Amino acid sequence: MYDWAMCLGIPGQIADISDEHYAIADVGGAKRKINTDLLLGQPLESGSWVLIHVGFALAIIDEEEAKQTLSLLSEMQDVYRQELEALSLSKAHQADQQGSSS
Amino acid sequence: MKYADEYRDAAKALALSEKIKEVCIPGKKYKIMEICGGHTHAIYKYGITKYLPEQIELVHGPGCPVCVIPLGRVDDAISISQEDVIFTCFGDMMRVPGNKRSLGDAKAQGADVRIVYSPLDALHIAKTESDREVVFFGIGFETTAPATAIALKQAKELKLSNFSIFCNHVTIIPPLVSILEKEDTEIDAFIGPGHVAAVVGCQIFEEVANNYSKPVVVSGFEPLDILQSVYMIIKQFHDGICKVENQYSRVVPYYGNKVAIETINETMEVRPYFEWRGLGTIKNSGLKIRSEYGDFDAENKFYIPGIKISEPRACQCGQVLQGKIKPNECKVFGKACTPEKPIGTCMVSSEGACAAYYNYGRFAFAAK
Repeated sequence: MYDWAMCLGIPGQIADISDEHYAIADVGGAKRKINTDLLLGQPLESGSWVLIHVGFALAIIDEEEAKQTLSLLSEMQDVYRQELEALSLSKAHQADQQGSSS
Repeated sequence: MKYADEYRDAAKALALSEKIKEVCIPGKKYKIMEICGGHTHAIYKYGITKYLPEQIELVHGPGCPVCVIPLGRVDDAISISQEDVIFTCFGDMMRVPGNKRSLGDAKAQGADVRIVYSPLDALHIAKTESDREVVFFGIGFETTAPATAIALKQAKELKLSNFSIFCNHVTIIPPLVSILEKEDTEIDAFIGPGHVAAVVGCQIFEEVANNYSKPVVVSGFEPLDILQSVYMIIKQFHDGICKVENQYSRVVPYYGNKVAIETINETMEVRPYFEWRGLGTIKNSGLKIRSEYGDFDAENKFYIPGIKISEPRACQCGQVLQGKIKPNECKVFGKACTPEKPIGTCMVSSEGACAAYYNYGRFAFAAK
């Protein structure tokens, strides 16, 4: 049941930029490691909001958009919860995974 | 109805509803296809059709990645899972029925099939279980293709020899053209998929607007976004114009994400033909892994039966995916085919039109 959230994406807020490929983002209250390769050349910094699809930041979004999407997702409780659970179970996207090739 | 109560900002919705009515041409019927399953889901969850005049009909399109995987490709995936491999896929793919069984059934019968969140999880398994062969079932439109593309690049960089991808990525324009080329098509306009456009841009829909004279409005996923997009479409008819518009410009740049497009193009190329569930074989509609990344192509590593399998006769997913019938007009909808025991893919995926109808709409439609 991840599809709908896969389509919608989930917003996360960048907490720390790890290296040129990864950042740690706060997603639904948990810190996750997010791939940022697709945002190469865009002004990504701590505090930026991003739209995350299957562990990849797809676009930088503004805070208002992030909050709107979060509120939409919170209404889709099951889908959102399952998406967050799936992300929390993901080994590759754990915040303590080091470096771009880990 | 429960979900109608959850409608956000009803006053704004009603105001938009009035604006839409004002620009409708009297007597004209409008059939608007929402391409993305995410939109379908939102339309039913929020009961958006109730805010539209009767002359506007929303029909569902082929934009649910799980729904369009043909039976034969599911069987190919199951065939790979029977080798000595760890076969990884997104959660929904476990339940998609093949000819005789699903990947979930194969797992129950002993195959090592694992759900992953991201292709990077599959890559992670390949690194930590380096004595095992790991395969990832890559599916989806241009929103998930960049993730697969980056996994391919990382696998090459890491010189992994035990990782490959069974690539089933598809592209958004060819199925729309295929629907428009059919003689009996009645689609007047499209609500464009917001996040596919975030990758490929809005300009790729210009082919649909320019060559087929069908307006396209790329839309966000909020209920008000969808109503606003419907208004923009109807306004185009009112003003006698036809073009691509971007309702979702707060997220979607008109020309998309250049890095994502380049990453896809670097690792994948267009297949001459690809089979779609319910739509048949469509030219230039699927992506395959480029030969430069051939070491990571499961189609080079494993025997792929590649058998074309006809769809179950009772299932009308094909007509649902082309907007020809509504889910509840299918003979098996809600009876033999339910989310618990799906026959067709549109009932499997939470994003599928049939599942959305079943979960939110069926009582309302029964009452009509």
